[in-house]
Amino acid sequence: MIEPIKFFTDKFNITVSQIESLLGAALSKGGDYADLYFEYNVLNNLSMEEQIIKSANRAVRQGVGVRVISGERTGFAYCDEISVEAIRKAAVTAACIADSAVSVGAVNVTAGKATRDLYPVKQLLGDQPLEAKIELLKQIDRTARAYDQRIREVQAGLSDEFKVVLIATSEGLLIGDVQPLARTRVMCIADDDGNLQSGVSGGGGRIGFDYFNDAIIEHYANEAARQAIVQLEATDAPAGTMEVVLGAGWPGILLHEAVGHGLEADFNRKGTSAFSGLIGQKVASELCTVVDEGSIPNRRGSLNVDDEGNPTGQTVLIENGILRGYLQDKLSSRLTGARLTGNGRRESYRHLPMPRMTNTFMLGGNDVPADIIASVKRGLYAVQFGGGQVDITNGKFVFSASEAYLIEDGKVTSPVKGATLIGNGPVALTKVTAVGNDLALDEGVGTCGKDGQSVPVGVGMPTIKISEMTVGGTK
Amino acid sequence: MTISTDLLSDIIKQAIKRGATDAEAIASETTEFSVEVRLGEIEKLQEAASRGIGLRVLCEGRQASCSTSDVSAEGVEELIANAVEMAKRTSVDEAAILPAREELATTIPDLGLFDPAIVELAPERKIEMARAAEAAARGFDPRIVNSEGGACSTTVGRTILVNSAGFVGEYSGTNCNLVTVPLAKEGEQMQVGYWGDTKRRLNALDSPETIGKEAARRALRKLGGRKVATTEVPIVFEFGATEDLLGDFFEAVEGGAIFRRSSFLVGQLGEQIASPLLTIVDDGTLPGEIGSRPFDGEGLPTRRTVVVENGVLKSYLLNAYTARKLNLRSTGNASRGLTGAPSVGIGNFFVAPGVHTPEEIIASVSTGFYVTEMIGFGFNAVTGDYSRGAAGWWIENGRLSFPVEEVTIAGNFKDMLKGIEMVGNDFRFRGKIAAPTIKVNRMVVSGE
Repeated sequence: MIEPIKFFTDKFNITVSQIESLLGAALSKGGDYADLYFEYNVLNNLSMEEQIIKSANRAVRQGVGVRVISGERTGFAYCDEISVEAIRKAAVTAACIADSAVSVGAVNVTAGKATRDLYPVKQLLGDQPLEAKIELLKQIDRTARAYDQRIREVQAGLSDEFKVVLIATSEGLLIGDVQPLARTRVMCIADDDGNLQSGVSGGGGRIGFDYFNDAIIEHYANEAARQAIVQLEATDAPAGTMEVVLGAGWPGILLHEAVGHGLEADFNRKGTSAFSGLIGQKVASELCTVVDEGSIPNRRGSLNVDDEGNPTGQTVLIENGILRGYLQDKLSSRLTGARLTGNGRRESYRHLPMPRMTNTFMLGGNDVPADIIASVKRGLYAVQFGGGQVDITNGKFVFSASEAYLIEDGKVTSPVKGATLIGNGPVALTKVTAVGNDLALDEGVGTCGKDGQSVPVGVGMPTIKISEMTVGGTK
Repeated sequence: MTISTDLLSDIIKQAIKRGATDAEAIASETTEFSVEVRLGEIEKLQEAASRGIGLRVLCEGRQASCSTSDVSAEGVEELIANAVEMAKRTSVDEAAILPAREELATTIPDLGLFDPAIVELAPERKIEMARAAEAAARGFDPRIVNSEGGACSTTVGRTILVNSAGFVGEYSGTNCNLVTVPLAKEGEQMQVGYWGDTKRRLNALDSPETIGKEAARRALRKLGGRKVATTEVPIVFEFGATEDLLGDFFEAVEGGAIFRRSSFLVGQLGEQIASPLLTIVDDGTLPGEIGSRPFDGEGLPTRRTVVVENGVLKSYLLNAYTARKLNLRSTGNASRGLTGAPSVGIGNFFVAPGVHTPEEIIASVSTGFYVTEMIGFGFNAVTGDYSRGAAGWWIENGRLSFPVEEVTIAGNFKDMLKGIEMVGNDFRFRGKIAAPTIKVNRMVVSGE
């Protein structure tokens, strides 16, 4: 098991007393708070297409980000070289955000230790021989092609990263984490006499190689193939406002777009979110309880500590329809006095932390999914989605269904083509009229973008019914 | 170690010595500075220099690539060893080769990509510019009540590419970006306006005042937005929305989508795929533009490629790999980061301007939708199916009548291309993509 402090000491000759001195340099112009974020990350990517391994890639990303906060101001600099001289230069640069001349000297830090390991991994993907990974992609390819003879092309990929971080703050915290992450992806193209359709699947998490057993690999392959084949029969999607039933799992991207981003503390501190000032008010039907939970074992969005060194946990965002809280990072918490929630995240040492989601999902309700569908006269049943996007300020959000069916007289009938669903964040969940008892988290493929920074996230949801939502079809 | 053509040449030699049949090394060095102000106060200052090296090797048709931000002797040694070892274990891919020697650029033209004025721009001046842009937006109208701030950033970058086919090239470039994001409020409704400019030369950048006022105007015009009833009408795409469409079109016309047969443009070379009014060009050689560079990610000279001419599909956009898969020649559109095989990317990609003013185009519509913004990812390049969130103004009797939001527009890209009825004369590069206002005959607007 890697111990992060020792890792950086051994590999880069950085000692705790040097870290203390560097924090002192960061506060040499009188900042209120400073932190150092050490990162060593090895990313691997393997891809198969046309039944051959077309590329194997490996990237080493290492460096240190130095941040200094002075009131509402943030100074930031980073270096790619992990050496005392390079970090000191970055610290002095970041220090300039503050402009008083009060020097603090060195800062004392005490080595902390995460009280848990949410992702103990025995077989790191990065340690596996390339041959073992190649065999896994071949298995995906074989399985998907065997699903139906109309599957004409299969693209399969396997990505993994192994990130060691060490966070030191002027408040005396020194804590590290070892963060494995892996995912597979599968894309199938079905060709039925010139009618081309695609399907995508995949999954993973903060897991080891043993996670990708035969059953799950075959599941990913079959799922991508199944979606592509279903789409061959798809008719035009409907247009207009109608009842929409969203399936369990990945459709939870609705929550991510409709409410999650709007509840990030930075937007609310600045009053730029459609949810600003709505704490304590009703923003969803009483059937809805939405949480963000970064502490679920092995999930893609989970972290032992966030990128500011604070433990993750469960934050209730909406409780029985009432808006309860925002997702906080250090800066917003300092400025508003709100309790930290462990949502300060960053893409890498080259980026500043921001309030971000981890795993965001709606708790299960009492309705039986089949009854929910049976209750719809005419509507859309959407079970798979591509990406989504939101305008934080006016609350309008979209997410694109990639597998959806018409519901006619309580029955799921024909598949329809992909269509964008659009709604208004603070209103959409007030129209939830049924919540299923089948909560599922997604399979571990989500990546969230904000301000040019990508971080892995999870979503989840039970089957729900929304009484009216605008569906962007053509018919 | 110092990043230089010599270092990369040495890396190539080392890779060959260890068993690579071909190798290509790329390095980049970037210095970035950015400042963000909000409500007049400095909120963020960021300064950093970063660098990295990427190595792609081929071992008898087997390909692998590695990159590192650790440019120490040990870091470089690890880079070479890993790349060669990995390449020995991937599959033989007959199309994975370096470009032929005779295709490589032999001169490095000066395209005016570097402006010393950006390098020398003092931090204080950048802070002033960001403040001025935000202040211009906030002072534009009393309904501008809040702001996400103003930001000014500069990047100075250097790229070096060396390959074992004999290519050695290097160029430097600068860019400066200025942006502001004001919020307008009326009643309970808040709307955000985003506007900015990015240029390689400081004196080509829009003034802070121009940017601030335009951002404010864009926030204000969204106030009062509402849904409309579901209907099928002509759509006028404002230039920014047309640029979005052009970005989607690229996904369907790049060589990767074509050889994978995952594009509705497969097999359409020489066919009339769009209205005769539509001409689309990619040009990586335009002096001083953001998408210009002297050579592509594989060392080929960049060039002007007419992709669609008067509605006829003339060329796909290709790199060496996709060209070989399709039995065509590369169009000099290889794009690569430090890691991975080259993909296909754009130079400066644009829709050639037409003859009508945007006002004439709007005036030609009796009932329709003027789309100013789109959100979401509802484009399927395989089928051409198109469905995205949209906002803008409703057109009645040739006039902008009221703002519209929370609706979608949907159709099929094939029909949209053929249905282009007018092309505007408003055209300006604000990044790598430029397009004028266009009118498409019919699409479904989904709302109430």
